Amino acid sequence: MTSPEILKYTQQTGDFSRMLESVPYAKWIGLQCDRFGDDLIFRLPVKEENLGNPILPAIHGGVIGGFMEMSAAIYLMMSQDTLRMPRIIDFSLDYLRAGLNRETYAECHLTRQGNRVANVMITAWQKSRSQPIATARAHFLLED
Amino acid sequence: MNDETRIDRVTRFLSTLNQAKALGLAPKEVGDGYLVMELPYSDKIIGNPDTGVIHGGAITTLMDTTSGSVMICALDEFELCPTLDLRVDYMRPAEPRKPVFARAETYKVTRNIIFTRCVAYQEGGEIIANCVGTFMRIGKEASPKSYRDLITGGEE
Repeated sequence: MTSPEILKYTQQTGDFSRMLESVPYAKWIGLQCDRFGDDLIFRLPVKEENLGNPILPAIHGGVIGGFMEMSAAIYLMMSQDTLRMPRIIDFSLDYLRAGLNRETYAECHLTRQGNRVANVMITAWQKSRSQPIATARAHFLLED
Repeated sequence: MNDETRIDRVTRFLSTLNQAKALGLAPKEVGDGYLVMELPYSDKIIGNPDTGVIHGGAITTLMDTTSGSVMICALDEFELCPTLDLRVDYMRPAEPRKPVFARAETYKVTRNIIFTRCVAYQEGGEIIANCVGTFMRIGKEASPKSYRDLITGGEE
């Protein structure tokens, strides 16, 4: 797991670079995160290796899923006091539009926070927030 | 369609997907309406650097790709089928430094929709994740002929 020291630094400064650098998968797909006040916007810059369907061309659906999953985990971690990454239980993803070969954004909402489980909604879009390319919902286990 | 044709088509289809190539996804076994795919272990997909456990996103991509390719093993003619939705349940983390396999099947094919289910597991058979998906049939005419020929090897 990403060290508590890095998570603490991220929570305090809102600088995600060290944390994202420490997770190979995040680095590989190119996930970025910016904080605006209390809000987090996740970003997936254009990357040829992330493409699936070559005709459109479009980002591979699995990468969009991985991007949203990772965004939700980071979002949840930032909203907690505990310095650990939550563990994902399940993930339900609706693809609404093709994710074209352009920068993709995601934002998350904590729908329900229990003692042990949290429910997070994730929306991903490209051109306009009002035209999401995918929505997802995930459950996370907060404690063992 | 025989299994040799199925595996050829799946292999050609995967070769057009950058992300599948980058992950090293490869078909291991095919049959009428089912497909087994392998995700090799690699450092770049690690989600937890301390343990070397791979990220759920890579498992999602493996299952999406396997579920999204299994219709090639179920339909005589190739057609592109966009994903409508996926539901993934994570049972346990994958053991590091070992490949992960996914076995998908089409359990219902209708005129418009294909319903799939898929399990991800490792050697020994312990299930890592379970996934159900639905895919839209846009019809073979919606995929360009050149692309269809590429997948079928022009033997339609």
